[in-house]
Amino acid sequence: MTLPNAPEGATESKSAANATGDNGGVFVSPKQVSSDKIIGFADGNANAAVLRSIVFDAQTLNRSITRIAHEIVERNHGAHEIVLVGLYSRGVELAQRLAVAIERFENVRPNVGMLDVAFFRDDIGLRAVSPTGPTEVPDVSDRVVVLVDDVLFTGRTIRAALDAMKDLGRPKAVQLAVLVDRGHRELPIRADYVGKNLPTSLAEDVRVRLGEVDGGDDGVELWGPKEGLA
Amino acid sequence: MTKHLLSIDDLGGRDGIERILDLSESFLEITRRDMPKVPALRAKTVVSLFYEDSTRTRLSFETAAKRLSADTMTFSVSTSSVKKGESLLDTVQTIEAMGIDAIVVRHGASGAPQQVAQWSNASVINAGDGRHEHPTQALLDAFTLRKHRGPSLAGLKMVIVGDIRNSRVARSDIKIFSALGVQITLVGPKTLMPNSIVGWPVTVSHDLDEALIEADVVYLLRIQHERIGDALFPSLREYTARWGLTAERAARLKPDALVMHPGPMNRGIEIANEVADSPRSLVTEQVANGVAVRMAVLYDLLGTGGPVV
Amino acid sequence: MSNEIVIRGGTIIDATTAGNRADVLIRDGVIAEVAERIATPAGALELDADGCIIAPGFVDIQVHFREPGREESETIETGSRAAALGGCTAVVCMPNTDPPLDDAAVVQAVIARGRAVGLVDVHPSGCITKGRAGEQLAPMGEMYDLGVRIFTDDGDCVADARVMRRAFEYSTALRGAVIAQHAEDPSLVRGGHMHEGEWSARLGIPGRPSAAEVTIVARDLELARLTGGRYHVLHLSTAGAAQLVREAKLEGVHVTAECTPQHITLTDAACEHYESTFKMNPPLRGEEDRAGVFAALVDGTIDAIATDHAPHAPETKAVPFEEAPPGMLGVETSFAVACTQLVVPGHLSMQSLLARMSWQPAAIAGLDAVQGRPIAAGEPANICVIDAETQWVRHASDSASKSRNDPWEGQKLTGRVRHTVLRGAATVINGTPQR
Repeated sequence: MTLPNAPEGATESKSAANATGDNGGVFVSPKQVSSDKIIGFADGNANAAVLRSIVFDAQTLNRSITRIAHEIVERNHGAHEIVLVGLYSRGVELAQRLAVAIERFENVRPNVGMLDVAFFRDDIGLRAVSPTGPTEVPDVSDRVVVLVDDVLFTGRTIRAALDAMKDLGRPKAVQLAVLVDRGHRELPIRADYVGKNLPTSLAEDVRVRLGEVDGGDDGVELWGPKEGLA
Repeated sequence: MTKHLLSIDDLGGRDGIERILDLSESFLEITRRDMPKVPALRAKTVVSLFYEDSTRTRLSFETAAKRLSADTMTFSVSTSSVKKGESLLDTVQTIEAMGIDAIVVRHGASGAPQQVAQWSNASVINAGDGRHEHPTQALLDAFTLRKHRGPSLAGLKMVIVGDIRNSRVARSDIKIFSALGVQITLVGPKTLMPNSIVGWPVTVSHDLDEALIEADVVYLLRIQHERIGDALFPSLREYTARWGLTAERAARLKPDALVMHPGPMNRGIEIANEVADSPRSLVTEQVANGVAVRMAVLYDLLGTGGPVV
Repeated sequence: MSNEIVIRGGTIIDATTAGNRADVLIRDGVIAEVAERIATPAGALELDADGCIIAPGFVDIQVHFREPGREESETIETGSRAAALGGCTAVVCMPNTDPPLDDAAVVQAVIARGRAVGLVDVHPSGCITKGRAGEQLAPMGEMYDLGVRIFTDDGDCVADARVMRRAFEYSTALRGAVIAQHAEDPSLVRGGHMHEGEWSARLGIPGRPSAAEVTIVARDLELARLTGGRYHVLHLSTAGAAQLVREAKLEGVHVTAECTPQHITLTDAACEHYESTFKMNPPLRGEEDRAGVFAALVDGTIDAIATDHAPHAPETKAVPFEEAPPGMLGVETSFAVACTQLVVPGHLSMQSLLARMSWQPAAIAGLDAVQGRPIAAGEPANICVIDAETQWVRHASDSASKSRNDPWEGQKLTGRVRHTVLRGAATVINGTPQR
């Protein structure tokens, strides 16, 4: 079985059964969620995923971004030194939103960069790793780079991002902002700014939806197996 | 299963070709960085096994491999055991025993890379085999043309002029450009045309001036001087007069028509100096794009070889 | 030890009989009795032929046993064993050895070696020209006196028309001698490695055009007309040459022709993966030629099936296609492939196939006094017993040949040789060579 009507860009799965990265969530169209909350996975109905909880809706997600924006400015004593570097695909969008949010109260819009970490990953050859978009990062010398991603999971994507940044210049410091930290780290990496700490089981799946990337309304959902494995 | 690039056919048609071309765009961006290197193929070893001298192609592949952080080895035939009579099979087994991931093969005999692929567990990349194929040249040609006339090349009219019969570049280019929807006309004397074009998506013309009228791209093949001895055409002067892209002929091209050549050029024979250096000419850019395209090929074969989840 | 053999339970098919159920008693190298039921004499060897055909032994008039000179590929011993397994009681081996069979001493040595091995009658052919160089005539008369009847420079074509004319003329003094040509004009095939056509263009391998064969056969037929010499076309491979032979036969030219099992079965498409096993000269042709040769074999224009059994040691074939030597194995599988291609689909009767594999080639090679004889009392006991029904899968690894360049590897075939008897001695029993 396949995911019915999965929109473009929704091909990467975040479920632990095939957890291979932590840079993105799976989007499910709202229509499916409301009309039929069971999405068939490859194994059939026995393992069908169901919606367990709504982590963010559009409003709370927006509020969370605003809060992170404030924290970034507060920690760095202003916005003038900051470069927000988003990781494709949703991290790039989140970085843009953070920049807009910061500008709203600081009147300074931080530079935003886009980073593709595909060729720096450590699971190349273990699975199909494809580039996600062109890397465009402004000068980071003597700046504070804030890496932005949607979900922090094993930490391997962030490690790849740190390696990629190394070739692009020597920032004063690197910080990390994520919308959701779902735990299960495999590397000594932690986020400086977290929208929400969300304890999950490996069988569960955090699905992030951003209108500009995925279409539809913003939201973050936790999905998991029907029977109570969580 | 080990993946190889022996022929344009191995790419699986238009989608597969475009996938490599898209990947090449990513690598072109990387090659333009101050630090034009990524660790994608760290701990992989790429061997170049060249039975024909081609410093350009070999360096292009080795640069590509190094920019992906792969280790490279050169098996230079002129200074190796091959000179002492070692067979291709024994050579491949020897290289294989060193534990390698890819072999880039250039050989004067058509089909030699196919055989290497049968004997080896490594990925084999055809860097030109006899009169058969030169798939990475075709990929960089398509990539270069797409930069100027892309993203879609469908409907473009390409004229390929010269020794099609003996050209591996022509065979690969015909496959790749026809898969991308380009209409191809082969031009030259019958002695230089394939003996059979059954199944080839081309038309053949013996009138260059007529073919050039509609051409969007003119692809000139290198003329080999030794072909005169084989009675394929009478003289270089006669070749240039009838089949060369002279300045006069170039002046009659459509204003935006482009000129390509796989190099090295015989200036003044198949291509006039003024044409080679004119803004129409993509020759230098073809060479420049070679590294990014070969990075894409190496990455596609070695970087994504695992199970697709 | 008794020197009697009873072949029991088979059906006799020979030049005079097609389907007579009988037992055959062999004594002292000669067929002693053919009768419906023969009691086995004490101590006699009994060969089970139940459900099988008893036929005169096959005569393969074009094999390469590589001895002297290339014994790593094949020897007279290994080649003879393979031939016996293929049901042959006689073969004619080609002269492109090293040194070539261009004088009496080398010919004598091959004959002696063949007799010592004793698994099949080994008849050397002799060169037309010294050193197969295409210039001076070899001592045809000396070789003739040792029994040589087929003269050829096989492997190479006698390209010079004047030399070919002289060979025809000279051979007319040697009763029963025949000039056999490897018909490919060297100037047209130079540098070529496979049939020139759709596949060679696609694979980027220089071709050998059909015209190279047709032009030589046309010229040679004209010379045969001019001189009255006997002409034989080796491994005929083109529809055009077949048509020329057909017309010449009608005009009374002394011409015969043979083709190989591979040329009527396979096409140049077999070279698709650059597998050097499928490289031979003349090359596997396009479908039009294949069909034309097939039709000429069926209609009798082509007189004989010969294999051009051409062993090459594995390391010499494990090279790029263009660098590999031409040639493929065949003597062991000839009947099975021909039966599968011709008899099973109903194109030829079994008797017509046997004609092309036994008594007709025997006649071309001047061996018809002892080979291809009827299965009748008083005749020399050169016999093979074949099971025309059995289906089997060919594995080159089972071959008695020293080489493995077998185009039928993995192919399912119908019909197999069970026993072979050479001058009253069993050389193969139940598919097992006796030496």
